[in-house]
Amino acid sequence: MRLLAITVVVFVTMSLVRPDRFFTPDNFSSMAFQFPEFGLLAIAMMITMLTGGIDLSIVGIANLSGILAALTLTRLMPPDAAGIQVVLYSLLAVAISLVTGIACGLFNGFLIGYVGIVPILATLGTMQLYTGIAIVITQGAAVYGFPDIITFLGNGSLWIFPVPFLIFGAFALAFSLLLNKTSYGFKLYLMGTNPTAARFSGIDNTLMLLKTYMLSGLMAAVAGFVVLARTNSAKADYGSSYTLQAILIAVLGGVNPSGGFGTVLGLVLAILTLQFLSSGFNMLRFSNFFKEFIWGAVLLVVMVVNYVSNTRSNREQARRRREAERQADVARGAESSVWRPGAQD
Amino acid sequence: MPRGFFRKTEFVVALTIGALCLVIGTVNPIFFTVGNLFDLVRNSIVPGIFALGVLIVIASGGIDVSFTAVAAFSMFVTAKVLVPYHFEGTILLPFAISATIGLVLGLLNAVFISFFKLDTLIVTLGTQSMYRGFMLAFIGAMEITNLPPAMIRFSRFFLVEVTQNRATYGLHFGIVILVVAAILVSLLLRKTMLGRGIYALGGDRTAAERAGFNIRALQFFIYGFVGFLAGVGGIIHSSLVRTARPFDLVGTELNVIAAVVLGGARITGGHGSVVGTLLGVTLVVIINNSLILLGISSFWQQVVLGALILLGTGIPTLQARFRARRASVLVAEEGAG
Repeated sequence: MRLLAITVVVFVTMSLVRPDRFFTPDNFSSMAFQFPEFGLLAIAMMITMLTGGIDLSIVGIANLSGILAALTLTRLMPPDAAGIQVVLYSLLAVAISLVTGIACGLFNGFLIGYVGIVPILATLGTMQLYTGIAIVITQGAAVYGFPDIITFLGNGSLWIFPVPFLIFGAFALAFSLLLNKTSYGFKLYLMGTNPTAARFSGIDNTLMLLKTYMLSGLMAAVAGFVVLARTNSAKADYGSSYTLQAILIAVLGGVNPSGGFGTVLGLVLAILTLQFLSSGFNMLRFSNFFKEFIWGAVLLVVMVVNYVSNTRSNREQARRRREAERQADVARGAESSVWRPGAQD
Repeated sequence: MPRGFFRKTEFVVALTIGALCLVIGTVNPIFFTVGNLFDLVRNSIVPGIFALGVLIVIASGGIDVSFTAVAAFSMFVTAKVLVPYHFEGTILLPFAISATIGLVLGLLNAVFISFFKLDTLIVTLGTQSMYRGFMLAFIGAMEITNLPPAMIRFSRFFLVEVTQNRATYGLHFGIVILVVAAILVSLLLRKTMLGRGIYALGGDRTAAERAGFNIRALQFFIYGFVGFLAGVGGIIHSSLVRTARPFDLVGTELNVIAAVVLGGARITGGHGSVVGTLLGVTLVVIINNSLILLGISSFWQQVVLGALILLGTGIPTLQARFRARRASVLVAEEGAG
């Protein structure tokens, strides 16, 4: 709720400061093209953080799966392909990128769940590994030049809605349902809150980790495909700063880094806030570096505010509990509050 | 020889380094030339100094990803301050300024970590972005090439010079700074109450608190010290490349963390040694600089490093698991008998 207020305040402020530029359909449309890629990455980051883990390899997965898809479109597809053939190869490219994402995610899950490496280290290693494989495949160069049907996914609009926005919306909705309405989601939150309790209540934690990192890899691949479609190219070192941004969005959206808490709605609000801020700053002619500064500052301020309000509400609760106990003592009578079991012997 | 010596991470890493050197040296004898070895030393000075800071943080159960941003910030601001004055004095002043800036930024990290009890990864990710963004937005984004003469002189300050095949190679003086820092950190961790406190904090925070350690003071020391070392490393870095580039260093933090972890420090805290850390740095530097000598394209660098991190962290984890399982079987048998 606090986040909703922040989102609204940022939005209103930006609208008031530059009503001629900010509060325009053009600006909304350009924002709707910009945020889906890191929004998708943030969902990938969020679900691993719900388990109390982290996935530093998402950008590596996104680039690797994007490159494999790009190679399908440039090397595998005959240059004179037309009509239905192009559609089939495009579907193949999508399938290859998603399968890559799932495979990379499963490998992360295997390392974390079965081998038992701490998530931050396992994904630190696979981040290097996946990025490295992408570099080896492409020799560090960009792969570019895709059919129109692909670039439409990144730059086209259906009626007034940009396609990347619709893709993000669909996945955000799907994950919201997955987390709230399915037994997988329920188990995920339980495991994040207390892994031991989860194990004793019959949840296979290893399997859950495997599934979660697989989903994370899948989402990273989707994000990779959106980047590929928007930029009409794929490269091994795209978006290296997105890892930080994905963590930032997740934490800002109320995801607890030690697991168990966080919603897709919070995440979406966090993305909108940051997007409003960065579009607004662009219009006020602040540099991108200023944006980097503000994002870091916003992250820290939100964490500090959360901490302060949590300790205050805890203290308030403790005070109320003491008050209630005191009144109960009074009601029971003076001697019962003095009596302590075992005190006389 | 202490018990379990051969199972220690340090020993395994040293063995790996030895084997790797032999392989590379056999394939390409250039590896063992003085020039190449001095180059490797030169390339490990800055990551080595950073790694000592990271070791302390990891031993205390935390993590710091902001140290490269701190190093870039301190180094660049120092250059920015000194260059307009045409500073002609000794190299000590740039070091002092940069280290002080680093110290202050590190203490700022500690404020967030200690007073608000925030996750160290989140805090340092946030401050990394802040420090770098602040520097690039408000202080400057253009590299400074006319560094003070003392810093240029420092880049040619050699400990020894060796002439081989009519070329002269120098062993850079920075290695002395690294060795001194390593000895100090080692003494600090092993011989002082402060060091005991750092390991205790990493082992079990609550227990450390009950044992009477002042957690807040420890954290201020740890993150301040990391910032201080980052400031020192930043100046050495910009001296070696003879430019102050604001875009340098940030992005290499995970490599340094990987080196420290490969050297046996556990990310969960409580473990790690200076010797292991230096060995880890050596391993990563050799991989990053010597694949070419093996005839392997440098495109493979990251794959090899990634695989190494996974093996280096995976094998000890599996060993620990098997050991735990064997122990529990033994206990069960004893209970039955």
